[in-house]
Amino acid sequence: MAMSILTERIQAANASGRKAVIPYLPAGFPDGARFWDEIAALDSGGADVIEIGVPFSDPVADGPVVEKASLDCLTRGVNLAWILSELQKRKGGFKAGIVLMGYYNPFLQYGLEKLGRDCAAAGVAGLIIPDLPIEEMGPIRAALEGTGVELVCLIGLNTPKERLAMYAEAARGFVYFVSVLGTTGVRESLPQEVLAKLGEVRPLFKVPVALGFGISRPEQVAPFGDLIDAVVIGSALIKMIDAGGDAAKFMGGWLSGGK
Amino acid sequence: MQKGYFGKFGGMFVPELLMPPLLEIEQAMNTIVPSQAFQAEFQSVLEDYVGRPSALYRCPNLSNKLGFNLWLKREDLNHTGAHKINNALGQGLLCKHMGKSVLLAETGAGMHGVATATAAAMLGLECVVYMGATDVVRQSHNVRRMGLLGATVVPIDSGTQTLKDAINAALRRWIADQRTTHYCFGTAAGPHPFPQLVREFQAVISREAKAQFMRKIGRLPDYVVACVGGGSNAIGAFHEFVPHTEVKLVGVEAAGTGEPGCDNSAPLNLGTPGVLHGAMSMLLQTPEGQIMPSHSIAPGLDYPGVGPEHAGLQDSGRAAYGTINDGQALNAFHTLCRTEGIIPALESSHAVAWVLENAGSIPKDSHVMVCLSGRGDKDIGIIEEYEKKGKA
Repeated sequence: MAMSILTERIQAANASGRKAVIPYLPAGFPDGARFWDEIAALDSGGADVIEIGVPFSDPVADGPVVEKASLDCLTRGVNLAWILSELQKRKGGFKAGIVLMGYYNPFLQYGLEKLGRDCAAAGVAGLIIPDLPIEEMGPIRAALEGTGVELVCLIGLNTPKERLAMYAEAARGFVYFVSVLGTTGVRESLPQEVLAKLGEVRPLFKVPVALGFGISRPEQVAPFGDLIDAVVIGSALIKMIDAGGDAAKFMGGWLSGGK
Repeated sequence: MQKGYFGKFGGMFVPELLMPPLLEIEQAMNTIVPSQAFQAEFQSVLEDYVGRPSALYRCPNLSNKLGFNLWLKREDLNHTGAHKINNALGQGLLCKHMGKSVLLAETGAGMHGVATATAAAMLGLECVVYMGATDVVRQSHNVRRMGLLGATVVPIDSGTQTLKDAINAALRRWIADQRTTHYCFGTAAGPHPFPQLVREFQAVISREAKAQFMRKIGRLPDYVVACVGGGSNAIGAFHEFVPHTEVKLVGVEAAGTGEPGCDNSAPLNLGTPGVLHGAMSMLLQTPEGQIMPSHSIAPGLDYPGVGPEHAGLQDSGRAAYGTINDGQALNAFHTLCRTEGIIPALESSHAVAWVLENAGSIPKDSHVMVCLSGRGDKDIGIIEEYEKKGKA
């Protein structure tokens, strides 16, 4: 089996002596046109994988910053068909691996078979679906079979050993470790137990481990050493853009400090 | 059949972080709930605290007028005034048995919030209730009741500020506080095992009704009719009758104002299959899968989804689901007030209205049971406002 572009990008970053950086932006934020400029800036600024959020009206795993940004995007008419057609126009133009992150229902309504085909045609390398635990993954995994589009699994602090083993078997591209028992959003510090849990997770997974939720500053990542391969940052990027900053400035901070 | 499914509906579509607490509840449902000790305690509080069995009352005046026997299963006579207390006490007891100290709930009309606050007070648990900001205003009486019972009410001002947003917020809180907290889900919807757990605690309605019918008329009723929002009173009223195919099961959804294309709360009639709040069920949604706003004059029915077992019962043809609009519900409300001296909740008024609207097709001398899920004191403000607008 060919190596996933997601695994490849993360391993390339690690080979150059740093953690891979995975920024997240909801599609259409802060507006339809500037969103693609920011994505291009994240890419040219060195992002290894870029997560594009597919807005949903009822995002239960998200905190207030991501929720508000997503709901604003919905009022601007953003939908999956628009995201995929815009990505198709830009196919081949990104160095980073492109991942869509969204809740299951919009993907389901799009049609799972069509989703697999259109994601592949648009250069999407993976999907992250936070409300799809391993018990419910069957239909979408079947639809993505042979398309080259990976389903990225999420695990967390409270995932017991037997479930970690199930996810280790299923994981493709990378595995997303949720750092807190909570929703997305910036936190001052991460719980101590994250280190212990990552120690349990690391040996079980063949794919890279990405740490996400609650991360805002590169120095938060240092204590994790070799236990993680990548970091996902969402709310901090949204807040920076909201405050007048941009993706280029954001990436600069991470590439100089995220080693 | 796959675990937690009713035909193609159900499942556990939740973030992985919620799987351990859901599996813990499933385990508790399969071991603690059937135990003799739990059942004895539950039956005792139902009898001595809730006031069960609730009456099965034949409406003499309406029955004469309609030409068939209209029976009301009087859940409105329960302590706190609705069927919600059956489930809240069941889950409250389970929370204690699981060694947790906080009962978390969401509420629309406020009745589940009041019931959970009551159960928490009685069982010595802390209680936090999430409620949409719109519902906080339109059900202020119940908000005051929850405060008196010692609960903390958290208003939610995101989204449509109604029940669905309260559920989103409660699920988020539960992700963070799962070690100490049991999420006392208020209806037979949500991820497995909630639809099954809530049905188990609400099935007391049909178990009693079945025995009462056998005692009073020597046979089962011809129809069982109940309103459906999330669907907990209806699934409780249906459950024991499901194997008896001679009993027609009718769920009644809220058609909103009734004009074509209006906001409504009738996903079984006007929705499409999709995933919300952890389950595959029928939903009010756009073709892109975004959840649409719902509407009903009855806040307890104002929800864009429905419990997956109802979607399964509809799909298999075992139950039928009709719709009633705001005006028809209000008409039935007044009819029951004036002819029988019973003030029903606006939710239950939808079920009464279905019987009145369909009386012509119900054979004479039939026995029709309506689950009168709650009492209408809470709705008097809404009704006054609605009627004032109508006259303006």
